Amino acid sequence: MLPAIEVRGASKAYGSLQALSSIDLEVGQGEFFGLLGPNGAGKTTLISLISGLAKADTGVIRVMGHDVAVDYRHARRCLGVVPQELVFDPFFSVRETLRLQSGYYGLRRNDDWIDEILHHLDLSSKADANMRALSGGMKRRVLVAQALVHKPPVMILDEPTAGVDVELRQGLWHFIRKLNDDGHTIVLTTHYLEEAESLCTRIGMLKQGQMVVLDTTQSLLKRFSGINLRMRLVGEALPDALRPMLAASSTDEECVLSLRDYAQMEDVLAQLRESGCDIASMELSQPDLEEVFVSIMRRD
Amino acid sequence: MHGFLTLFYKENLRFWKVGFQTVAAPILTAMLYLLIFSHVLKGRVQVYEGVDYSSFLIPGLAMMSLLQNAFANTSSSIAQSKITGNIVFVLLTPLSNIEFFAAYVLASCVRGLLVCLGVLCATSLFVDLPLQQPIWVFVFALLGAGLLGTLGMIAGIWAEKFDQIAAFQNFIIIPLTFLSGVFYSIHSLPEFWQQISKLNPFFYMIDGFRYGFFGVSDVSPYYSAVIVGCALLALSFAALLMITRGYKLRA
Repeated sequence: MLPAIEVRGASKAYGSLQALSSIDLEVGQGEFFGLLGPNGAGKTTLISLISGLAKADTGVIRVMGHDVAVDYRHARRCLGVVPQELVFDPFFSVRETLRLQSGYYGLRRNDDWIDEILHHLDLSSKADANMRALSGGMKRRVLVAQALVHKPPVMILDEPTAGVDVELRQGLWHFIRKLNDDGHTIVLTTHYLEEAESLCTRIGMLKQGQMVVLDTTQSLLKRFSGINLRMRLVGEALPDALRPMLAASSTDEECVLSLRDYAQMEDVLAQLRESGCDIASMELSQPDLEEVFVSIMRRD
Repeated sequence: MHGFLTLFYKENLRFWKVGFQTVAAPILTAMLYLLIFSHVLKGRVQVYEGVDYSSFLIPGLAMMSLLQNAFANTSSSIAQSKITGNIVFVLLTPLSNIEFFAAYVLASCVRGLLVCLGVLCATSLFVDLPLQQPIWVFVFALLGAGLLGTLGMIAGIWAEKFDQIAAFQNFIIIPLTFLSGVFYSIHSLPEFWQQISKLNPFFYMIDGFRYGFFGVSDVSPYYSAVIVGCALLALSFAALLMITRGYKLRA
């Protein structure tokens, strides 16, 4: 089966800044793929190259087998993009916006599908409201609706839940998960790593324009298969003997120790007692994607 | 084709929704020019034999309004979409480069022609205007609107700030229109300034347009049509090159 997205050796520089360096990536049809990375890592640049909003300096990019530079019309027909910025055209109502967007893709009389999208995104009551009159969360939902008007097999969502309240975020994820269940390929960038962990089957991590990790979510979590002991100490500082166990996610107020297994707990507690440390709070947890992310990003 | 028609429709809807500003206001401005200049100069200036100054002025004012509004439509639409970021909704779609170009430019022609027609209709209530060769009126109106719509597209793509559009309009478009013979015939100028005026492509648009009304012009309408047509082709080529290369559109 053709990959939904195929990126081979894509690079992009803005002046002296190398935004992306020889990226290789393949996203299969029907996948829910997470693209993660800190601000400025190159996520939005990569999305821009895939969607044709920017041109790659080198490399080949295909969407559903269509080259985004040579066969751009077919490639764009297969792709729906929800941009990161909250942009809208202030001249039009929600329905006008969606009708126009349908028209750009050559679709006439698309109102049945538009009504269905509006219903799923809880926007039916705002269909005739001007875009300026909508709240930020509603404008975000209209962006999702615009990306869906032509029923694209591949959807890219660039931080779709940034600045969105919890209820709306959950509603949005419910809808996007349904789209994925219906066969749409989803590529997601987000700073909410718990979302990526629960939704994405595979993760790519970008750092300074390079793809530093590309693996399934399960494999990534298994790489950090130990247990985290999260503690707040009072009195003495953490004994030197325990310092090699400090995880990257430790802070000044809270130390996180990476343990091999539960049996190691007894040794740790014994050493704390001997050093005269009092434990104000303590919690055991499995490592999550956030810790994997922080640990990878802190590597040189 | 439907994609092109949608963008064309959207661009028309965009200016029509603010019709007071985009259509009615320029017609009122042209009326004020007519009122003031014809009051001051009527009976003092005879440009063409047997043509009243007020009559002489109207085609120039109509063409000036057409040119300025065709330019304003593409330049403001594209610059505004770029600066606010909503141009992505068009750039993400499968519209071809030529469809993108044609939809914006043709919509600017519609606005230009609408304003021009409005000026002609409004002024005809007060001044008798002959219409000797309507085909030339139509040809120059269309060429002029296309040329300035294309120039507006180039300015809109190039500009990164609204004041760059304003500078383009105030320092290039307005001086070229005012110095193109809207208010006078270039034959009334000294020889040197006549030659300078002939370097201004706007002069040929207004002179050819005026020929359609009076059957008299400073240069042959055929010659003017060739000059304006060549300028339109050159600017269209430049605009299409910018779009194809993604200049300041697809970074």
